[in-house]
Amino acid sequence: MEQTVTQKSIKNPAPKGPDSFHLGIPFKLQDKINVWVLRTLAFAIITMLATLIVLLFKQSGEAVKEFGLWNFISTDNWNPVEDEFGGLSFLYGTTVSSLLALAIAAPVSVAIALFLNEMLPAWLGKILGLFVEMIAAIPSIVFGLWGIYYLAPFVKNTLTPMLKGSLGFLPLFQGPSFGIGMLTASLILAIMIVPTITSICREVFKTIPGHQKEAALALGATRYEMIKLAILSPSFSGIMGGVVLGFGRALGETMAVAMVIGNSTTISSSLLAPASTMASVIANEYAEADSDLHVAALCLVGIFLFVITLIINFAARSIVWHFNRKHAR
Amino acid sequence: MMIETTNYYRWRKFKNRFFQFLLIMAAIAVLTPILLIVQYTFVKGAGSLNLDFFTNLPKPVGEVGGGMRHAILGTLYLVAIGAAIAVPIGIMAGIYLAEFDKKSALSRILSFAIDLLTGVPSIIVGIFAYILLVVPMKSFNAMAGGVALSIIILPIVTRATEEILKLVPDHIREAGLALGIPRWKVIFMIVVPGSFKGIFTGVMLAISRAAGETAPLLFTAFGNMYMSYRIDQPMASLPVQIYNYAISPFEDWQRQAWGGAFVLIIIVLGINLTSRAIINRNELINFFSELKKKLNSKKA
Repeated sequence: MEQTVTQKSIKNPAPKGPDSFHLGIPFKLQDKINVWVLRTLAFAIITMLATLIVLLFKQSGEAVKEFGLWNFISTDNWNPVEDEFGGLSFLYGTTVSSLLALAIAAPVSVAIALFLNEMLPAWLGKILGLFVEMIAAIPSIVFGLWGIYYLAPFVKNTLTPMLKGSLGFLPLFQGPSFGIGMLTASLILAIMIVPTITSICREVFKTIPGHQKEAALALGATRYEMIKLAILSPSFSGIMGGVVLGFGRALGETMAVAMVIGNSTTISSSLLAPASTMASVIANEYAEADSDLHVAALCLVGIFLFVITLIINFAARSIVWHFNRKHAR
Repeated sequence: MMIETTNYYRWRKFKNRFFQFLLIMAAIAVLTPILLIVQYTFVKGAGSLNLDFFTNLPKPVGEVGGGMRHAILGTLYLVAIGAAIAVPIGIMAGIYLAEFDKKSALSRILSFAIDLLTGVPSIIVGIFAYILLVVPMKSFNAMAGGVALSIIILPIVTRATEEILKLVPDHIREAGLALGIPRWKVIFMIVVPGSFKGIFTGVMLAISRAAGETAPLLFTAFGNMYMSYRIDQPMASLPVQIYNYAISPFEDWQRQAWGGAFVLIIIVLGINLTSRAIINRNELINFFSELKKKLNSKKA
């Protein structure tokens, strides 16, 4: 009975009138057209992305031919005037600045997530949590501007004497400070990735059932012991996911870093010295690159950046995904 | 024996206190720089704004005065191009992911591609747009900037649409289908309008993100110092203009960079907070009424 009714309504064109969407096409065909339009669109997006990646590789082909992949990442000789290019210093700059930023931001982010979730009353935690999340919305150019005019003088006049006074014997803190350099860039990056890690950590901590915390407290645990036993150890992998995601964000960050890192293409063991990252060198030189080889070399740097962030992002996502699946059960 | 336990208990108590102290210190360490950035931008930025800033074009190098009218309009123009391209495509792709072919290879690859686009550093997006449009047209142009921004907007809109449509309970779709309405109509005229608020919020968040992007515009729209509405010519934008002024040696340009940063932050945070407020309107109302109750009970 039901079937006949639906089939009838599909086969017979609906009466003409207020239903202007009917167009005299059977409903089944309309749905088919709709699905195929969406499929074409999906296919177009995928093709577009694939084409872009292929073009990116093609664009860098000249540099690969000229220097060889391995040679390119193992030399730090970057000289646009002589058309000689090696990307090691940028690889080094990106890795060191991001790792340093992560070393500063990760413990602080976990701590502030705990502070917001466990120590503050819920309403105050919500306000401050929103406030922390707002940092993620501030454009990176504003961070860069603040970095040049506030953070760089602060690093030069206050932080450097302090570090030299206490840890000056380390090779990390040798040489003069110009304010702009690896350390300043790492500090800016650390501020920028805190909201990423914090929001993931807060989500992860929220998945822990209340009775687990109550059980720890009921056994006489102090708040610290409760946090250690009931919150931190079960959510370890989730925290790691957030940290790796923050790392991916730090790797790709461009403008703020380009403005405060000093853009020197030499590798220096001192954190006070200026340096360069993969993103910052592209931002600084791409528009002015006039030889084809220079553009190709910058594209090759871009490919490295692309591949590295891709791997890091998917690693982070799979960690978080595994965590969620484990806890959904 | 008794003394030992007391000591141990004291030690545990001390550890607890110390840990909580560390948490508070961490919170201060995070909140201080944020407050500094906001305070610095607002004080310096608001102080360097005047009417000229909004209505005038830049003066020649070395002359004091002039403004960023071209950059403010340029940003709006570029974001409009980006949104015009990416928002319809993004919503369609989100609908496709949420409603059709859930286990098929095509939707899995599309999902992967969207993930990939979300993670791409914005500077790489700039290179994409450069290869796609600047190289064939042999000049920096506004279209390339718009396309770069659209690549940034697209994955955010797609994900937002998909996530929100997944929240719509299946019985709504079934009710529509049971009435004999074709599936596309159920989706486009019942499911999507029903979650319009959420999709709108996703779109606005994506736009606010694109408005603040500098890196993809550096070598696509490039920037200029005069008013231009031509899509095949370089076009100024607020972030790029701030960047160029910030690294310049002229004090008046640096002042204007702060003014620009202030305007940019107002635009970006304004869009962001408003759209968040729209999606959380009920929660917001509850929150304030609870706050009011709390304050009243404290007074009494």
